[in-house]
Amino acid sequence: MDSLNTYLFIAAILFSLGLFGVITRRNGVAVLMGIELILNAANLNFLAFAKYGGMNISGHIFALFVIIMAAAEAAVALAIIINIYNNFHTINVDDVRGLRQ
Amino acid sequence: MMVDIAFWFIVLLTIGSALTVVLNEKLIYSAIALLFTLFGVAALYVFLWADFLAGVQVVIYVGGILVLIIFGIMLTNRITSVNISHTSVQRGIGGIAVVGILFVLGVMILNTPWHQTEFVEPVQTTASIGTLLMMEYLLPFEVASLLLLAALMGAAMLSRRED
Repeated sequence: MDSLNTYLFIAAILFSLGLFGVITRRNGVAVLMGIELILNAANLNFLAFAKYGGMNISGHIFALFVIIMAAAEAAVALAIIINIYNNFHTINVDDVRGLRQ
Repeated sequence: MMVDIAFWFIVLLTIGSALTVVLNEKLIYSAIALLFTLFGVAALYVFLWADFLAGVQVVIYVGGILVLIIFGIMLTNRITSVNISHTSVQRGIGGIAVVGILFVLGVMILNTPWHQTEFVEPVQTTASIGTLLMMEYLLPFEVASLLLLAALMGAAMLSRRED
């Protein structure tokens, strides 16, 4: 278990699942969940390289910034999704085509 | 031995609940499964000696982002419709594409000679993270605070009703 490849494989699987969610889900909130999975996979890679690749604490800092970015992104994305719902009465991302109604 | 069992249990929990997140038809089940995925990733951070990051993951992801996501689900669906479901499209093509990407990633991981160094277990990461944030990474730190301020104001402005 104690090897770099194990963590890289776990992160690759998480990334693929997140990507699958992003490309197959049609609900805006569900797409956001897929993006969170992808960001977590990236973080896992950063921390794996921090431990095994000699990145040390710098890897932790990168992961910290990714988490900060994810928080900002989730807040803005949900505000946009709620706006879309108020204007279009759906959050199916395929139905939202126009910039205005 | 016990550590190995715990590790693989956490890996199974993380990946299994991530599968539920992307496959379950009911949105609220996906959100609850995302909770377990995030906890599992936090536990993997502990295995990677990132104790502070594990705490941050639980506080920000589980305490903040997941609550935001559940708010999003609740605000964009009628509460009375118990079956808050959503459809997925093109699962076949999407699945094939993603399995292909996973295969390419796996081959890449196995074939790349990663630069690996001897690792020493840090005594505590929090103090070093704080020092680095105030020294080398001061500018990104300030930019991050600006980003959070902008996101706060942007989200508040976007979701405000125009009356």
